Amino acid sequence: MSQFAINLLFVGASFALYIGIAIWARAGSTKDFYVAGGGVHPVTNGMATAADWMSAASFISMAGLIASGGYANSTFLMGWTGGFVILAMLLAPYLRKFGKFTVPDFIGERFYSRTARVVAVACLIIASVTYVIGQMTGAGVAFSRFLEVPSTWGIWIAAAIVFLYAVFGGMKGITYTQVAQYIVLIVAYTIPAVFIAMQLTGNPIPGLGMFSTHTESGVPLLQKLDDVVNALGFQDYTADVDNKLNMVLFTLSLMIGTAGLPHVIIRFFTVPKVADARWSAGWALVFIALLYLTAPAVASMARLNLMTTVYPEMTGQVEDYEVAAAEPILYADRPAWFQTWEDTGLIVYNDANDDGRIQFYNDTNEGFTETAEGRGWAGNELTVNNDILVLANPEIANLPGWVIGLIAAGGIAAALSTAAGLLLAISSAISHDLIKNTINPNISEKGEMLAARISMGGAILLATYLGLNPPGFAAQTVALAFGIAAASLFPVLMMGIFSTRMNSTGAICGMLAGLVATLLYIFTYLGWFFIPGTNMLANTPDNWFIGISPLSFGAVGAMINFAVAFAVSSVTAAPPREIQELVESVRYPKGAGIAVDH
Amino acid sequence: MIADDKSNAAAYWKANVRLIAGCLVVWAFVSYGCAILFRPLLASIPVGGTDLGFWFAQQGSILTFIALIFFYAWRMNQLDKKFGLGE
Repeated sequence: MSQFAINLLFVGASFALYIGIAIWARAGSTKDFYVAGGGVHPVTNGMATAADWMSAASFISMAGLIASGGYANSTFLMGWTGGFVILAMLLAPYLRKFGKFTVPDFIGERFYSRTARVVAVACLIIASVTYVIGQMTGAGVAFSRFLEVPSTWGIWIAAAIVFLYAVFGGMKGITYTQVAQYIVLIVAYTIPAVFIAMQLTGNPIPGLGMFSTHTESGVPLLQKLDDVVNALGFQDYTADVDNKLNMVLFTLSLMIGTAGLPHVIIRFFTVPKVADARWSAGWALVFIALLYLTAPAVASMARLNLMTTVYPEMTGQVEDYEVAAAEPILYADRPAWFQTWEDTGLIVYNDANDDGRIQFYNDTNEGFTETAEGRGWAGNELTVNNDILVLANPEIANLPGWVIGLIAAGGIAAALSTAAGLLLAISSAISHDLIKNTINPNISEKGEMLAARISMGGAILLATYLGLNPPGFAAQTVALAFGIAAASLFPVLMMGIFSTRMNSTGAICGMLAGLVATLLYIFTYLGWFFIPGTNMLANTPDNWFIGISPLSFGAVGAMINFAVAFAVSSVTAAPPREIQELVESVRYPKGAGIAVDH
Repeated sequence: MIADDKSNAAAYWKANVRLIAGCLVVWAFVSYGCAILFRPLLASIPVGGTDLGFWFAQQGSILTFIALIFFYAWRMNQLDKKFGLGE
């Protein structure tokens, strides 16, 4: 059986499963469509939240980023898990008690204001749509690589699948589909990692293996990795960073962005009780951690495997001078996986000194130039795209074809599950918050469901269109989504619960100030609406305001939001008495409805 | 009676906020503290080929986060019962 046929079989079988579940669990009433009838067990809900949360960025991209950046990119690991602590303590239980369907629902009623609701809808749509674009592109790339079709087809296939189960299934369909997707993606991520950890360290648990002894050389794996990358002029894998402020703010942005993203919050409306919302956040993090504790191991081991593939003499029990003198392999002797990925253009070799060997080193390190010239090297000759690392991992480790098919199915599951969750958040914001609660309150339940499905279809078309014509900056797009959620939605949600005094004017001004400040800062360095060449300052650390990168600015935006909201609120009238009582009632579980109707 | 309910609810909320503050101190200490800001101070404690700060950044903080959420959920269940404000 060819690799293509195996991939097709795995991806096809996983799809049949998701669609089957979606049909089996077809939503009946409006409430079922949005929040799965309020009857999802916390463990089940945690698993579905984990699938919702872990997107193509976590599955495909993150380990590659850590492999290339080492310690400095630990921010992703902490940022994308630490947010659940905030969610569990500051938002989830109270929003579940409040018992509404959507995030703008809460903001609109807590701040007794149609304007607040509409501003929240706008923030939600901007954050979610930008996030979906990245997922569509990610799914498209994964499809085109494994099914060997053009990436345009890949995106259309992804759009069609998302449309089918999100539009016809609703939340209930998505909940059980996402449980299946979680299982597929975690199995796909873990199996190759366990094999590789066994090969390199003899320890079957990747997270422990990365801190154990590298079998072949007899030294700790991370120390071996430091020695190897150091001999080629790269920064030590475990090296500390200088700009701690930026590292802290970036981690904080990712954490509060996590807590402010509507598709994650909406999950906590689906559990039966308030106490379940707390447990559910814990379970979600357990399931997420299964991947996140493995990811840094995948990163360090894949980096070491990549280096020793190019420099085989660096493996084994060798002295430092032997590592320093190791010769790279001949291009003619490169392994098969290397050739497969060259075909996609994601691995590029360019023989700068015409010696037929693959010199792979850091040619931007001035301290290393002399060594390189002494050895007759004329510049780095190998470029490896970070994003292929997880997908290529099984091939690098010579694992059987079915593992490669499995990882294809896993990557696609990760992208589709997140896209579907975001689309549900978008469609409910439009049909429920904008149409039912703002424009036409007399709409029938049937009409509301139809509007939800139409807006979901519309959002899919928009995201597919933008995915087909990508603005060309996947990482920035995802960071923008986090920045917006962190700077606009999270602070008002938190103040809505923790401050009885916060009024509508304060909340609206806060949201707008946080949103606008964050967008302006990002556009200054990345161009207006990301159009290349329209940026006012070059995106380099020297130009950044006190060293804060545009990716980290969401945390500052959130602080602006809090400050403006408190300032404005303190000089305007206190909220009405019944609102203050409402806030107090949200704070304890007693009296929570099953899944409150309007 | 109503006044009693109110002061009971206020006491429950105060206990909750205190618990949250405690948990968030730990949350910030392991991630922003041990893993980032205090890493140089922990450099002398070796963990499998690197130092404790690196371990906190890539494994320890995540494990602590999980423990924190379950601890909080468990304590809150006790508070719900104690104040009679559960479901």
